Amino acid sequence: MSFERVREKLNILADAAKYDVSCSSSGSNRTNKNKGLGNSTGMGICHSYAEDGRCISLLKILLTNHCIFDCAYCVTRKSNDIQRAAFKIQEVVDLTINFYRRNYIEGLFLSSGIFKDADYTMERLVSVAKKLRLEENFNGYIHLKSIPGASDELMYEAGLYADRLSVNIEIPTVSGLKLLAPDKKHEDFTKPMKKVKEEILRYRSEKKLIKNTPVYAPAGQSTQMIIGATGESDKDIMYSATHYYSTYRMKRVYYSGYIPVAEDSRLPVIGSQVPMLRENRLYQTDWLLRFYGFDIREILNKDYPNLDADIDPKLSWALRNMHLFPIDINKADKRLLARIPGIGMQSVNRILNARRYRRLNWEHLKKMGVALNRAKYFITCDSRHWQQKDLEPMAIKGLILQNSQGKFRKNYSSQLSLFN
Amino acid sequence: METAKILIYDGSFNGFLTTVFKAFEEKFPISDIQTNGVCQNGLFSETETVFTQMDKAKRVWNGIQSKSNAAIKNVYFAYLSGQKGIELVLYRYIRKLFSKAGPKTTDFSDELILKISQLANSVRREKHRMEAFVRFQRTQDGIYFANIEPDFDVLPLISKHFRSRYADQEWIIYDVKRKYGLHYNLESVEIISLDLKEVYANSMLKKDIFAGNEYAYQELWNDYFKSTNIKSRINPKLHAQHVPKRYWKYLSEKKQAV
Repeated sequence: MSFERVREKLNILADAAKYDVSCSSSGSNRTNKNKGLGNSTGMGICHSYAEDGRCISLLKILLTNHCIFDCAYCVTRKSNDIQRAAFKIQEVVDLTINFYRRNYIEGLFLSSGIFKDADYTMERLVSVAKKLRLEENFNGYIHLKSIPGASDELMYEAGLYADRLSVNIEIPTVSGLKLLAPDKKHEDFTKPMKKVKEEILRYRSEKKLIKNTPVYAPAGQSTQMIIGATGESDKDIMYSATHYYSTYRMKRVYYSGYIPVAEDSRLPVIGSQVPMLRENRLYQTDWLLRFYGFDIREILNKDYPNLDADIDPKLSWALRNMHLFPIDINKADKRLLARIPGIGMQSVNRILNARRYRRLNWEHLKKMGVALNRAKYFITCDSRHWQQKDLEPMAIKGLILQNSQGKFRKNYSSQLSLFN
Repeated sequence: METAKILIYDGSFNGFLTTVFKAFEEKFPISDIQTNGVCQNGLFSETETVFTQMDKAKRVWNGIQSKSNAAIKNVYFAYLSGQKGIELVLYRYIRKLFSKAGPKTTDFSDELILKISQLANSVRREKHRMEAFVRFQRTQDGIYFANIEPDFDVLPLISKHFRSRYADQEWIIYDVKRKYGLHYNLESVEIISLDLKEVYANSMLKKDIFAGNEYAYQELWNDYFKSTNIKSRINPKLHAQHVPKRYWKYLSEKKQAV
């Protein structure tokens, strides 16, 4: 393989693929077979981090950035005047194997612009995965993009070789999609998702009866939404995310702050700030739904369509529901403990374990890693001192903000800075 | 009153377990447990050297394991932290585990138990880091070679991971700080010590011992590292938090930054 040529292609096609957020390599369980290469255990590994602080776990590239579509939000859209390139199948295989052998990556994340039609593109993606698995005996992680509109047969084959499949829904609302990507239909996105979901369920039920049923997409499927390209509210985004979690059994929904890549009157102008704080709040909400037992309607509803910028969604929920507090650390059940601001799931588990031996006081909680600066207004423990003296929610919020530092504080502080 | 003793052992984990066995068996008060070579005599205590006995070490191991799997993991991981005076702390920890019935590893309101659990966690974190940050370089004779310099002695912990992942390639991971390494010869992993004239970090200078296309792949990887970065989201603080600077010299993608 010609080194210089591959190098040029890698630069173009890695640059175009970087807007895909997903880089997870966890949740699969492929063991190393017949002294082959690689394995993927349940835990993912981030082998490096880019200078933007995002994890690099997979070799994330496009097979090609030639595309027949013209979606306004996308760098590789047809009308954009950029350099185009395409990898040969063998080149992707060689790169993956050689990076993997040097312990640079956990595996491959292969996406593609759509050339000719959906099936033709999907077939090429599948053949890369097939070659890696069958010819190279590669057991590392493979994440393939499902191309919107690909046929059921190809989606079935893709799941046999890939660990994870994903379709990016990109625009959270159907109306937004019509505006920005008029040639794409909403059903084209959901069709492959539905097929993958059905196959995963079928695999699970057949596995119980026939032990050697071929594994199908063991790490499940995921999707991604762009935040802040059309004027949707946080409620629109999170309700849509909840829909994908429940209807298609998504492992993850990723939120990606829109990075302006095009001059287009329908979109924020080039150079506008990436909404990183908003992205952060959405992820926090996502976590509350998946791990903390919250229902989306408790956090976002018609009275509160948007998340607070200055405090996290759990604290904001707690301040609206002061009648549930204070909670007794030594008695409350797991579900309630998880709802206290400043207490994460790790602390919840530590508290549950430790309180079997003795009643816990402030000192214990502090040592276990509870963020008392937030939690102290919402709990009682084995101590006669407790903080809350009928403080109003706004007063608590003020005290918490006064005594803490947020990394995004400068983005929303209304206080003027003296030296700027 | 019996005078407290200082026990001296050979510095191996099995040696430490044998020491624990002896202390439990003879029931004398212990003022310290030290490795030979770095021992320091106390003014009023006598010293005794303990010789490693595998059968006794095994009995202590099994005894702790019978308490819980978490217990034996915590003891082993915390031991590998190599922290000064860790032996005595662990001895007190083990005594606590055996003092009354019931699992004690989860009593996080107890200072000693919380401390060991946190220490074990930092060793676990370092193990995970090394699984991520090892960068193999292919030598002329086809061996994948990597130098590491971890905070804790994690080589015994990462051996299984690399053996099951790279089953079809010969590799060496060498800890330059502790001067020993692991060599996988396609059959099994063996402990080796090398007389390294220089540390083979990912330096800018090309070395003859590495295969011709090795540097081509390093360049491709470095290019990829740059292309995948989104400039409008740059965040050096977060970057350095995830990839602490002390590891940079062993990472080929950071060699220009060093």
